[in-house]
Amino acid sequence: MSAPTTSTGISDEVRELANQEYQYGFVTDLETDVAPRGLNEDIIRLISSKKNEPDWLLEWRLRAYRHWTTLTAPTWQHVTYGPVDYQDIIYYAAPKPKKRVESMDEVDPELREMFDKLGISLGEQERLSGVAVDAIVDSVSVATTFKDKLAEVGVIFCSFSEAVQEHPDLVRQYLGSVVPYNDNFFACLNAAVFTDGSFCYIPKGVRCPMELSTYFRINAADTGQFERTLIIAEEGAYVSYLEGCTAPVRDTNQLHAAVVELVALNDAQIKYSTVQNWYPGDADGNGGVYNFVTKRGMASGRNAKISWTQVETGSSITWKYPGVVLKGDNSVGEFYSVALTARRQQADTGSKMVHIGKNTKSTIISKAISAGHGQNTYRGLVDMRHSAVGARNFTQCDSLLIGKDSGAHTLPYIEVKNQTGQVEHEASTSKIGEEQLLYCRQRGIPEEEAVSMIVNGFCREVFKMLPMEFAVEAQKLLTVSLEGSVG
Amino acid sequence: MTVLSAASGVLAGFEPRLGARDPAWLAEARVAALQWVGEHGFPTHKDEDWKYTGLAPILAVPFDASTVASGSRVTAEMIDEAAVDLGGPRLVFVNGHFSSEFSRVTGVPAGAVVTTLAAVLAAGPDRLEPFFAHAPGVRHAFAAFNDALAEDGAFIHLPSGTIVDEPIQLVYFSDTGGVPLISSPRSVIIADSHSRATIVETYAGVDSDVYCTNAVTELLLAEDAHIEHYKVQNEPTSAFHVALLSVRQGRGSRFSSRSIMLGARIARHEVRVQLDGVGAEVSLDGVYLPQGDQLHDNTIFVDHAATDCTSHQLYKGVLDGRAHGVFNGHIMVRHGADGTDANQKNKNLLLSDRAEVDTRPRLEIYTDDVKCTHGAAVGQMDEEALLYLQTRAIPLEAARGLLIYAFVHEMVDRIELDPLRAQLERVVATRFGSDATVVAP
Repeated sequence: MSAPTTSTGISDEVRELANQEYQYGFVTDLETDVAPRGLNEDIIRLISSKKNEPDWLLEWRLRAYRHWTTLTAPTWQHVTYGPVDYQDIIYYAAPKPKKRVESMDEVDPELREMFDKLGISLGEQERLSGVAVDAIVDSVSVATTFKDKLAEVGVIFCSFSEAVQEHPDLVRQYLGSVVPYNDNFFACLNAAVFTDGSFCYIPKGVRCPMELSTYFRINAADTGQFERTLIIAEEGAYVSYLEGCTAPVRDTNQLHAAVVELVALNDAQIKYSTVQNWYPGDADGNGGVYNFVTKRGMASGRNAKISWTQVETGSSITWKYPGVVLKGDNSVGEFYSVALTARRQQADTGSKMVHIGKNTKSTIISKAISAGHGQNTYRGLVDMRHSAVGARNFTQCDSLLIGKDSGAHTLPYIEVKNQTGQVEHEASTSKIGEEQLLYCRQRGIPEEEAVSMIVNGFCREVFKMLPMEFAVEAQKLLTVSLEGSVG
Repeated sequence: MTVLSAASGVLAGFEPRLGARDPAWLAEARVAALQWVGEHGFPTHKDEDWKYTGLAPILAVPFDASTVASGSRVTAEMIDEAAVDLGGPRLVFVNGHFSSEFSRVTGVPAGAVVTTLAAVLAAGPDRLEPFFAHAPGVRHAFAAFNDALAEDGAFIHLPSGTIVDEPIQLVYFSDTGGVPLISSPRSVIIADSHSRATIVETYAGVDSDVYCTNAVTELLLAEDAHIEHYKVQNEPTSAFHVALLSVRQGRGSRFSSRSIMLGARIARHEVRVQLDGVGAEVSLDGVYLPQGDQLHDNTIFVDHAATDCTSHQLYKGVLDGRAHGVFNGHIMVRHGADGTDANQKNKNLLLSDRAEVDTRPRLEIYTDDVKCTHGAAVGQMDEEALLYLQTRAIPLEAARGLLIYAFVHEMVDRIELDPLRAQLERVVATRFGSDATVVAP
């Protein structure tokens, strides 16, 4: 089997696999499906015991929970939303099979229209809508083929729960090493209640033979709102990891508080790409997902490199600052971002680069688009410590405004405690070019299409960092998300 | 009355300055201001606008709440040395109080008023009401403290069409003679339509005196008024300096302010400009040269509340020793403020391994028809440029001096008053190598 590497190229086998109920770990021996609403130590003990976790992990969760009870939700971010009742959330629910529909005809027409615009294949559409697919394939053999291929080179790629059972030492060594349980309010909540996520380990000197994607993870569909991802690249290893998908995700959980930890040792490289298209809420700002995520990479080794690329078009409220701690000498951190806020969406996002090692380099390219009543804030930190001799940073933040009621805000924090450090920050904010629009329209290009062309041109620097097919989808996604914002 | 209990024991004992003939609104404003300080306390690093500026060294000083300090050591020579005489009207304040001995009011056109705040307070302060009523959102402890305690400062009123040719010089000199004192000068400048003037403020004091200047200067520019403002802050490094320059601009008015920040142990210069009238223009520049243990904080807020306004900011810092530079610039473009053109730039040169810069340029934009940019840069001396100069037989120290001079020169050039420009050039020359001035024109 040729390795499926992208969402569009996803194979029938994997799709089939994705439709399987979760076969591993804790699910089958559940006595209860759903924990009562609310959060307390008993709930955490319940989660931990359902997942058959070792004592140290339970202790870690409890420490996080006890710390969390002393915290209050942050208010400094430039977003407004109603209070979240943390006692009204179900923190544990066994993954349930999705409601099956017999054919695409039964799927919400609006959703189908969206799929068509994004150019998602029929098979893929079926998977995402939960249509029963009758692919006749031995799923076990697929899993085996897939796993075998990775196992051949020693790559571990599995669910977090599985990793806790199969590779407890690795999990214990690295869990919380980049984002400690007491890092911030939401990371702390996640540490206490996370139910699953992805685990990935690339051994020394190995170049991961395929792009790893949450698409291929059988349990990806239901990891829920408190996801936790841990990726470790040993010395000289390389991995490219894709998260999310371009299809609209109608998730019923309003609060999402995920944590992603990346560890890159000497000469290792991690490339982490995200496309986020959670439900953004309706035109009046009702509903929509709160996406409060803590993502951080630790470039702990010499010459390590961590690169974040994100295309954020969904969620009613986004609050995330993927960052890199550049600890190893000559290590490199990169952040490429496209963030679009339309309708009533609000995003407060950016990157944090902490330079500790000598000759560390970081690049931040952020493209923000605000349309309708969207409010987009870039908030970034470049911190050059006294030890970061010869460190360099370049930051560019551009904002494009479409419509009188849109807003774009730029708040970089630059802290330099080193004489040899060099930081450059540039930012611009402007309206979408009327001359460019006119030029396009003179040539018979409808306004909406013209806007989409201009916006895509504006984001090109970031799109070119995405794996190719992903980039194509991301462009279409932007077009779809902008619909109705023009004129 | 001890209103300050919650704020700080250090400042306890301060009471609002209440004159027997003060109108009710003034007394109320002063009492409320001090109460506000008591309730909210002084800013900490948790306040976004004070994140990088630690106030502990100021709050550790047991400031004297009594009002009087003689200033017995001040001489005309000291004043002249601190503030080069520009030949026009000159108001001198010693420890925050007007000194007729050193002041001169000549060259003021008929109709224009150049006097003191104390005189206006005594004569009937109702015209000051709009100035003592700060919007609550703007308030911080130092501004409130000034509200409560301010007794004197300059009061300038330029009626419609008045043009003052000579620069109006305001000198705030401190000679506290060992008494740790807080002075709270407050100056009010009202420029009616089509009026024009240049205002130069200088802050200085006797070396090694410990004191804190907590100044507020307010300007109101009516339609098409044009004010050029300069500020030289050269307090001794034993002193502290906290200042607020608050400006409101009407239609078509033009305002420029150039700040030269040299002295004080901790200095904060906050500029708030509200562009209320269509087509108003503001240009803010600053140079700061902290060394030793100095902290220089430039905080700027430009509020584009009307259409077609323009704002520019350029701040440059050269930091040596264990100095700490802070730039905190904020441009706000309100909903509907179309046609806004705003930019903001901050550049820093670090000369020492122990110096620190924290810079936070900030754009907050709520409408789409705008052109806004900002930039910030931190770096060290260009090694290649140094080498180039050395290969041309210029000694390293002189080469460094030249490069620093080149870096600062852009700011020096913007000073249109010759004596002030010469003063800054002298400072740059003595600090960074005298060869610079020999080579430079």
